Amino acid sequence: MLDAKIPAGKLDEKWTKYKGTVKLVNPANKRKLEIIVVGTGLAGSSAAASLGEMGYKVKAFCFQDSPRRAHSIAAQGGINAAKNYQNDGDSVYRLFYDTIKGGDYRAREGNVHRLAEVSTSIIDQCVAQGVPFAREYGGLLSNRSFGGTQVQRTFYAAGQTGQQLLIGAYQALERQVALGTVEMHARHEMVELVIIDGKARGIIARNLVTGELERHFAHAVLLCTGGYGNVFYLSTNAMGSNVTAAWKAHKKGAYFANPCFTQIHPTCIPVSGDHQSKLTLMSESLRNDGRIWVPAKQGDNRPANEIPEEERDYYLERRYPAFGNLVPRDVASRAAKERCDAGFGVGSSKQAVYLDYAAAIQRYGKAEVSKKNLGNVSAEVITNLGKDVVKEKYGNLFAMYEKITGENPYEVPMRIYPAVHYTMGGLWVDYELKTTIDGLYALGEANFSEHGANRLGASALMQGLADGYFVIPYTLGNYLADDIRTTSIPTDHPAFVEAEQKAADRINKLMSIQGKQTVESFHKRLGKIIWDKCGMARNAEGLKQAIEEVRALKAEFWSDVRIPGEINAMNQELDKAGRVADFIELGELMCIDALERNESCGGHFREEYQTPEGEALRDDEGHMYVSAWEHQENNWNLHKEPLNYEVVKPSQRSYK
Amino acid sequence: MNWSLLFSSSIGKKIVMALTGIFLVVFLVVHCYVNANIFFANAEENFNRAAHFMGSNLLVRITEIGLFAGFILHIVQGYKLELQNRGSRKSRYAVTAGNKTSKWYSRSMAILGTLILLFLIIHLAHFWVPSRFGGLEEVYYGDKKFHNLYLEMKNIFAEPWVVIVYILGCFSLSWHLLHGVQSAAQTLGWTNKNFFPMIKTIGIVFSILVPLIFALMPLAMYFGLQLDLENITLLF
Amino acid sequence: MQHYSMNLKLKVWRQKNSNDNGHFENYDVNNISSEMSFLEMIDVLNERLISEGSDSIAFDHDCREGICGMCSMVINGQPHGPWKGTTTCQLHMRAFKDGDQITIEPFRANAFPVVKDLMVNRSAFDRIIQSGGYVSVNTGNAVDGNSLPIEKQHADDAFAAAACIGCGACVAACKNASAMLFVSAKVSHLAQLPQGEPERKQRVVSMIAQMDKEGFGSCTNTYACEAECPKEISVLNIARLNREYLNANLSGN
Repeated sequence: MLDAKIPAGKLDEKWTKYKGTVKLVNPANKRKLEIIVVGTGLAGSSAAASLGEMGYKVKAFCFQDSPRRAHSIAAQGGINAAKNYQNDGDSVYRLFYDTIKGGDYRAREGNVHRLAEVSTSIIDQCVAQGVPFAREYGGLLSNRSFGGTQVQRTFYAAGQTGQQLLIGAYQALERQVALGTVEMHARHEMVELVIIDGKARGIIARNLVTGELERHFAHAVLLCTGGYGNVFYLSTNAMGSNVTAAWKAHKKGAYFANPCFTQIHPTCIPVSGDHQSKLTLMSESLRNDGRIWVPAKQGDNRPANEIPEEERDYYLERRYPAFGNLVPRDVASRAAKERCDAGFGVGSSKQAVYLDYAAAIQRYGKAEVSKKNLGNVSAEVITNLGKDVVKEKYGNLFAMYEKITGENPYEVPMRIYPAVHYTMGGLWVDYELKTTIDGLYALGEANFSEHGANRLGASALMQGLADGYFVIPYTLGNYLADDIRTTSIPTDHPAFVEAEQKAADRINKLMSIQGKQTVESFHKRLGKIIWDKCGMARNAEGLKQAIEEVRALKAEFWSDVRIPGEINAMNQELDKAGRVADFIELGELMCIDALERNESCGGHFREEYQTPEGEALRDDEGHMYVSAWEHQENNWNLHKEPLNYEVVKPSQRSYK
Repeated sequence: MNWSLLFSSSIGKKIVMALTGIFLVVFLVVHCYVNANIFFANAEENFNRAAHFMGSNLLVRITEIGLFAGFILHIVQGYKLELQNRGSRKSRYAVTAGNKTSKWYSRSMAILGTLILLFLIIHLAHFWVPSRFGGLEEVYYGDKKFHNLYLEMKNIFAEPWVVIVYILGCFSLSWHLLHGVQSAAQTLGWTNKNFFPMIKTIGIVFSILVPLIFALMPLAMYFGLQLDLENITLLF
Repeated sequence: MQHYSMNLKLKVWRQKNSNDNGHFENYDVNNISSEMSFLEMIDVLNERLISEGSDSIAFDHDCREGICGMCSMVINGQPHGPWKGTTTCQLHMRAFKDGDQITIEPFRANAFPVVKDLMVNRSAFDRIIQSGGYVSVNTGNAVDGNSLPIEKQHADDAFAAAACIGCGACVAACKNASAMLFVSAKVSHLAQLPQGEPERKQRVVSMIAQMDKEGFGSCTNTYACEAECPKEISVLNIARLNREYLNANLSGN
């Protein structure tokens, strides 16, 4: 039986009580304790910096050339916090409630409440670091609204919030590097976990420049390696984002939870052709002002501007009048897919819907006219004034759209389509963020804990920083307090030798295949299988097929992949091959998990389980649990962690 | 205060370039003012008197030492920086952006500076050496004896190649200043959102006007032009 | 938008590792769609090279949406290619026409040694940040975010400087391989905020010392950096940096 170790007591007292009673490590002992942090995104950088500040000896690893490149940097919209600066009724409880509801009642109450509690400290910490959040004329912090909530609690820095937060954490990290508490290893990839006497005691890392395998000891290992969205090949993730570290841990005994919970973001730039290597997100904040529509007539090929108002179907406003264009991501994505599947899609591929700013431009233009007392002005003046306002708010996003598509979004509506964006699933962790392997922790998107079956916008940044700045510094001490007598284990220990051998064997095997097909081509094929059959909508039939197809693909990969170059040198194809091999295995587990979960919830939509209106139909009786998968030689074993709702009463999620 | 750092660091060295540059710019203004005498009434006498003042006033002579020091510092530091900057990219590009991203004269300050230096040597040999170490004819205004630098100028600028060299020198100076004036302001941190366009404009006007006045001098001498503007004199 | 396809002649810098001398190789690539990104064009070439049994061209890239700062390359003499305010990953093939010859080189600077092919080592930037590009505030020390109002103009200006993605295009573009735009962006970001005030003088002095130590050239104000910066960081930040440096050294600590 999985024990999440949620502290007893009232929901809003659990974390305070935990902090007050948790075991501590004294400063002299901290200096002797070594910690490995893999990944330097928001979770990793903030954890490494905070633990370094506390006096631990930290080693941090990232595969990029600098910790500042981690993909947290690409987050656009913002970060939530229950500050209630807007006096609009926000509170820790509301943030907690919105997150639970947004996650379609598949997250733990205890974890989510803690997240809401520490959210306010995150903003304070970031401001103190000099993160240049948007401000009002009075000099105070500005907020905006995001999908799935009715308050304004999102803090932001133009369309570059993730960048600014990550640079704050990165600077804190570099400060510790300068002070000598953190040793940074960039262009290194974790390729194996080392376990001694049942405890995580280090990693094998590959130096991506020289190809050498290195052994690194630690008293505890923190995986802050992000999500696995790249299993779909096309996603908004960075090209290098991968599941390898988490997957190695999984294969050594860490359970993988809810792998089928993936988030498809509704507003991305559509695929333009087979050459496409990745997808680009257009921030959710665009749904604040943009209206989403498709032609009311099937197969309407007229240019958008020639379709008159009455022949347009603003389907989100029609279906969800209360939230309109600001419904949560899973709902908006499915609605777009439904329209396109029904033949109402636009653009050359017909796999797109319009995100239209014409109305917003007019609205803002008229507001400017009255603000400036311009009286009677021409329509052109109104439009130009409106464009200026839109430019000020979303200029960088519009410019990005134009660079990619060559179309001017101020003149013609943007074409958008859902794309894989985030993975709610990840390594199973308990309340302390510890996996099922002692001494191995997972933080941020790499774990599964806070977002249930669907994540709300602006919550990923919140969770990454919460885990790194304010959770792990407490919970890790509770484990290490019992480990102060363990001295550094020399890396010639048999467990290190064995782990390194295993990693070397795998690399040798990959290089020795010398088949005909490139790594990229396998990745594309995997992505297509998973997107078609385990994407926005799934059914038992398709999932069963997908499992077979993925297994066949795996066999083909291991017999026909071609990797050029050498082992002991920089070899990007080899790096990619290792990652794709792991994605293939994960792909199979995702389908198995999706097949096992006979209900629809959040981002997991099984076509067999829907309401007459086409909404997700949960099965709280049968499926109110976390699926935690244990890896076995050729299969997986399911462990269920029941979810107990003590405070919130689960109900049919409605945004109508 | 950390002076040594201020002059050994990369920014410090640039500050030296900027400060000496500005000092030299001030000198140019004075020189230009003296020269301008030739365009006005009573040109010969006024010019020779002004030259005499520059050569005999104690304060000016002390400043002259400073001026030479400024030149030498500007030149030596400039070459040192150029060498160091060239050395910071050992492997060169096969293709460069050229004028798409910066002005050619901004990238050619060392070459322009070298041309000015060559010109300066000729110029000093022509005028400064004889006026300090003798060899000039003399002329009396009242009962006071003056060097007839004006006459020397007329003689020197009778040679067409000299006139051409001087005009080329003025072009080099113009381009050098076109970059140099705003660059000095930028290095000293005087530029900001409000002033940058203004400083750039002043820089452009200055770097065209001053070399133009200089260039007019050999031309005027060669072609024997004189304005004799309505008894207007620039007095010293 | 009219889409078209094109054939191109590429001249690409190949260098096995940092010890190798490196040389150019010529490649023909055909049927490139104008809708592709520049890196997708290189992906196509790499797929072909692998199929032909040769080694693929190594280049840095990650987010491919213009924010991580990992992609580099000098394309026809311009870091990140011909489009203004755009990283290589966001450059699209619309920028080229059929029959174009494109020369692709790594960022070149002594302080950025080549790792392989088009990939360079920019860890010098990390070390510059280590020397002082931060606010010394341990986790948990912070006061309420709104207890420190900041004039909107200052916050906006600090943000504009903080938008630097640390890609190094400024160094690559500068004829002196100077890192002044990068350093000035960080100094400007923190110097304009009250949070950065206590360490203001020490920061600028240390960061410049580290910058010099790394072997970057000095700034001669050609402003090629600003012209090539994908985030269009202003050279006025360099003026501020100069000011900060002068102040720090003249007023002492």
